[in-house]
Amino acid sequence: MNFQIPKETYTGGVPEITFGKEKKVSFGGESALPFYFFEGDFPNKPLIAFEIQDDIPEDYPQELSKVYSSVWNDPVRWAKFCESLGAEAIAVRLTSTHPDSKDSTAQEASQKIKRILSEIDLPLIILGSNHSEKDADVLPVVSDVARGYNCIIGKAQESNYKTISASALAGGHNLIAMSELDVNLAKQLNILITQIGFPKEKIIIDPMCSALGYGFEYTYSVMERIRIAGLIQGDTMLNCPMIADVGFYVWKTKETQATEEEAPQWGSLYERAVMWEAVTACSFLLSGAELIIMRHPKAVEVVKRFINDIFYKLERSE
Amino acid sequence: MLIIGERLSIISKKVRDAILKRDKKPIQQIAIEQWKAGAHMIEANIGPAEDNGEELMEWIVTTIQETVPLPISLDTTNPKAMEAGLKIHNNEWGKPLINSTSLDPERFIMFELASKYNAPIIALTVGKGGLPRDAEERVEIAVQLMEKASEYGISFEDIYLDPLVLQISTSQNQAREVLRSIKLFQQLNDPPMKTIVGLSNLSNGCPKEIRPILNRYFLALLMYEGLSAAIVNPSEVIEVIKTINVITGKILYAHSYLEI
Repeated sequence: MNFQIPKETYTGGVPEITFGKEKKVSFGGESALPFYFFEGDFPNKPLIAFEIQDDIPEDYPQELSKVYSSVWNDPVRWAKFCESLGAEAIAVRLTSTHPDSKDSTAQEASQKIKRILSEIDLPLIILGSNHSEKDADVLPVVSDVARGYNCIIGKAQESNYKTISASALAGGHNLIAMSELDVNLAKQLNILITQIGFPKEKIIIDPMCSALGYGFEYTYSVMERIRIAGLIQGDTMLNCPMIADVGFYVWKTKETQATEEEAPQWGSLYERAVMWEAVTACSFLLSGAELIIMRHPKAVEVVKRFINDIFYKLERSE
Repeated sequence: MLIIGERLSIISKKVRDAILKRDKKPIQQIAIEQWKAGAHMIEANIGPAEDNGEELMEWIVTTIQETVPLPISLDTTNPKAMEAGLKIHNNEWGKPLINSTSLDPERFIMFELASKYNAPIIALTVGKGGLPRDAEERVEIAVQLMEKASEYGISFEDIYLDPLVLQISTSQNQAREVLRSIKLFQQLNDPPMKTIVGLSNLSNGCPKEIRPILNRYFLALLMYEGLSAAIVNPSEVIEVIKTINVITGKILYAHSYLEI
């Protein structure tokens, strides 16, 4: 008698999200725990979006400025540059709208988004500045300008979800719902968002990201709990794709910034910084993230190779 | 826990009138209300149905399933009516439930039907000698029912053991015996035997305003003991079910858990 590997039976699946207008891309849609190819279907590979910002970044360390400083004064050029690097999706962060940055207006932001949408074909993720009040101002206007482009808008939080999700609904977009490292709060926010009529199938959970060595385990275990609650315990409210906003957190860490003179024992800054982002991203793939926002092209390349290596066996068996 | 909506019963005057007139509307309205309130299954209790039992069961099953996408718990002592219900039942939304058999030989035919139609069945722990006195007697009958079911080739997973809830106003000590029975029944097999109650019989004969209170608290205790299914008025107990599921960790807590 042949040995049969016991299989978990799942009570639900993660919805697939397709976004973009001219060029479309999909993620999610799987029916088993991350990379458990032997227990379910995985119609899509995890997706990596290149992060750009709406203005010259104020806090990009040396390794990032080396790559982007020639293009970052114009978000359209920056996005095109990412496209030339092989980007499948762009995540534009409206950093300059933050009150502590330039406090630029919703109108200014929407003009930039309009230009990006008219000149770039790639699917777009539009992120506010993570200032909940300002985001509630900016994102509805931006969401309206992008109407019909089937973007991902984010991030809706407990304090501002009403205006942001209502405008994402009106604009026909998908929505990132962010809660702070807590599985119960993640569920609660999704309930609230669906109660105002936003479809659950278009919500992407952001359990709040972190970087390797800086609270990484918290995000990882919350992601695990969300996946298990959704797929095994049948909590449909938590059956949503998850996003990991990796670059934003990784490139603040000391490991991505300390020069070789400052930390000679840590070796090459370039390798260290790139690997810090790549390892953080790969680990979140294991805890269930389907969409990752990253900054360094070399780190993206490493993560893509990791994904392709894992999917290789699945593709060969089909 | 499986929630079975109890309201479509011949005992209710509104239902009885609708059945007599073959008026679909009130029946469908009650079915929809129970479905919206959280029922997973609708009970259709037509009683002994001595006249036109088959036609009546067919009528009520199709009337319900025309409007709600749920399986039906078929409640009658008339085997012909039972078989008619099993035949006409639309299994698209789940199997029908046979309500019920017991250790009374006249009811063994229900086992036969369960086997023939591959349907789950409620087994009341009642013998020929009248009502059971305590949990131990119920367990004794349960074991005999399980043996009987095996003779008919019915798997234990398709049996719901019903300890028979009695009226608190006349048999107060039986409530505690029922709670103990739920616990003991489960130990009769691995995986545990399934259990079911007709909840509201507890408060039968009590003043109207205290009936929901008795029903709700009793259900909470039964759930704690591991009850698998209950025939209830869904809108009366849905908060209890959700809350106990949260407290026992079956459902993940969120501030709005009552709203989903």
